Amino acid sequence: MQTLKQSLASKKFTITAEICPPKGTDVSDFIKKARLLKNKIAAANVTDNQRAVMRLSSLACSVLLLKEGIDPVFQMTCRDRNRIAMQSDIMGAWTLGVKNILALSGDHVSFGDHRDAKAVFDIDSVQLVQVISKLNNGTNMKDTPLKGGTDFFIGAVVAPEAEPGEPELIKFEKKIEAGTRFFQTQAIYNMNQFHKFYEYAKKFDVQILAGILLLKSAKMAHFLNNNVPGVTVPKHLIDEIEKAPDQLAKGVEIAARQVKELKTFCDGAHIMAIGQEESVPAIIEMAG
Amino acid sequence: MIITKQKDFFKILEYLKGRNNIYLFGCDSCAEQCETGGDKEVKAMAYLLKNEGKKITGFSIPAETCYSMLVKKYFREDKDMIENADAFLVLACGAGVKAVADAVGDGKPVFPALDSLYLANVTRYGHFFEGCSLCGDCVLGETGGICPHTQCPKGLLNGPCGGMVNGKCEVNMENDCAWIVIYRRLKAQGRLGILKRIAPPKDYSNSVKPRTVVVESRMKNK
Ligand code: SF4
Ligand code: SF4
Repeated sequence: MQTLKQSLASKKFTITAEICPPKGTDVSDFIKKARLLKNKIAAANVTDNQRAVMRLSSLACSVLLLKEGIDPVFQMTCRDRNRIAMQSDIMGAWTLGVKNILALSGDHVSFGDHRDAKAVFDIDSVQLVQVISKLNNGTNMKDTPLKGGTDFFIGAVVAPEAEPGEPELIKFEKKIEAGTRFFQTQAIYNMNQFHKFYEYAKKFDVQILAGILLLKSAKMAHFLNNNVPGVTVPKHLIDEIEKAPDQLAKGVEIAARQVKELKTFCDGAHIMAIGQEESVPAIIEMAG
Repeated sequence: MIITKQKDFFKILEYLKGRNNIYLFGCDSCAEQCETGGDKEVKAMAYLLKNEGKKITGFSIPAETCYSMLVKKYFREDKDMIENADAFLVLACGAGVKAVADAVGDGKPVFPALDSLYLANVTRYGHFFEGCSLCGDCVLGETGGICPHTQCPKGLLNGPCGGMVNGKCEVNMENDCAWIVIYRRLKAQGRLGILKRIAPPKDYSNSVKPRTVVVESRMKNK
C-alpha cells in the first residue's frame, strides 16, 4: 500500500477523498464505499463528527480503512475533547497503525444534533498541530518524554477563498510553523484566485491538496450555503446544475473539470462527496 | 454587570409547591438594571404569587444582594423573617441566591427566580454585551482589547476558523467574527506582528473553582 506521504513525495498528482462514518455501529455501507475507492485514491479522510452531528468515531473508522488496505487520514477536531483526551487518542491512533492526521477546529456544536452539548475547544487547530509535533518528537505537550512517541504525517486545513484573506494566511503560516506538512483546502471555486494562493503557498515546504466539493443537485448547493460553515457555492455553478437534465451527472462533470484543471499545476485534489462517495471514481476517470 | 433572566414562572411555581408563606429578595444593583429583580419586578412577582394563593410574608431589596454581610444584616434586623416563611425566592444572580441561602441556613429552602447568564458591558442604555468570561488568564493585551475567549464562540486563540464568511461568525451571522475585529484593530495599530506569533494554549489552572481572593489591606481587625 502506497501511503499519502509517499504519493505526495513522488510528485505525482495525488487524490484523496472524504468518507463519512455511519451514524451507528453498522459499518457495512462504510466498508462498501471504502472498497469502491480503494486503489483509486491515495488516502481517505475520515471525518470527526462533522457538522457536530454525532457519528461513529473517526479513529475506529480509520482503523477499519487500514484493514481494507486504504491509507486513512484521521481527522481530529478540537470541539469534543480536552488536551488530555486528544493526546491520548492521537497516540492511540498511532499504536493502531494510523499514519496521517488532519487537525481542525471543528464546526460549533450549535450546528449539530446535540445542541445542548458543551463545546470544548480547550486548544485550537494551530495548537493541536504543535501538540502532534511534540508527540512526533517523543514528548507530550508539557515536554515530558514519552515511552515511545508518534511519527504522524501532519495535515491541516486552509481556506484560500476566505474574505478578508490576510488573517487566514497568517493562520496558515502559523500552522506551517507548528509543523503542518500538507494542507487540504476548503472547497475552491475560483481557479484563478486559487492559482495565486498556490504560488504563494509553494514558498513553503508544504503540499497542497485543493478541496473539491461534489454538488449533487442545486438543492444540495443551497442547503450547503445555508447550513455548512465556510461553504459558499457561487451562483453561476448552481445555475449550471439547475439547468442540467441530470443534476448529479452535471455535478460530477463540474468536479471532474476542476480536478482536470488542478492537474496542470497543483499537488493534488481532495474530493468531498458528502455521502455520494460512489461518484468519486467517475470524477477521477473523467478528469483523465 | 451580571445579566440575569427570569426563569419560567411554572418552574418557579414548581419550586414553591406546597409552600404557602414566601419571602422575596430582590437586588437593587445588576438585577435592577436588567429589570429582573428591582422594586418593580419584586412587586410584580409578589402579585403573581398572591394570585396563585401564596402569602407573601415580606420582601427586601438590598443594595447588593451578592454582599453576604449585608444580606445577613437583614436577617439580624428581622428575627421572625425565617420563622414566618416556608421558603425564600430570590430575584438576583446566583451569588445573591447563595448569600440568602447562607443567611437562612439549613432550616428552610431558598430558590432562584432567575437564571444568571454573563458578565456584561453596558454598550447602550439597555444593551448588555458579553465581553469577558473571567477566564483567569487575560489575553486582551495581545488582542487589541477584544476577548477571543468570549467574542469567539470557540474561544480560538490563533485566528479565524474556516467558518468565517465575509468577516461574520459561523455561529451567528449577525455577529462579527471576533478574529476579524481583532485583526483590523491590531493592523490599525501597526501590531500585526503579535498575530503572527503562535499563541500558546490557555492556562486554566487559574480557574479551578471555587476561587477565593482575600485582600489583606481591606480586612478589618488585622
Ligand atoms: S481573556 Fe477574555 S475572558 Fe479572560 S479575563 Fe481577559 S477578557 Fe476576560
Ligand atoms: S467565525 Fe470567528 S468568531 Fe466565529 S467561531 Fe469562527 S473564529 Fe470564532
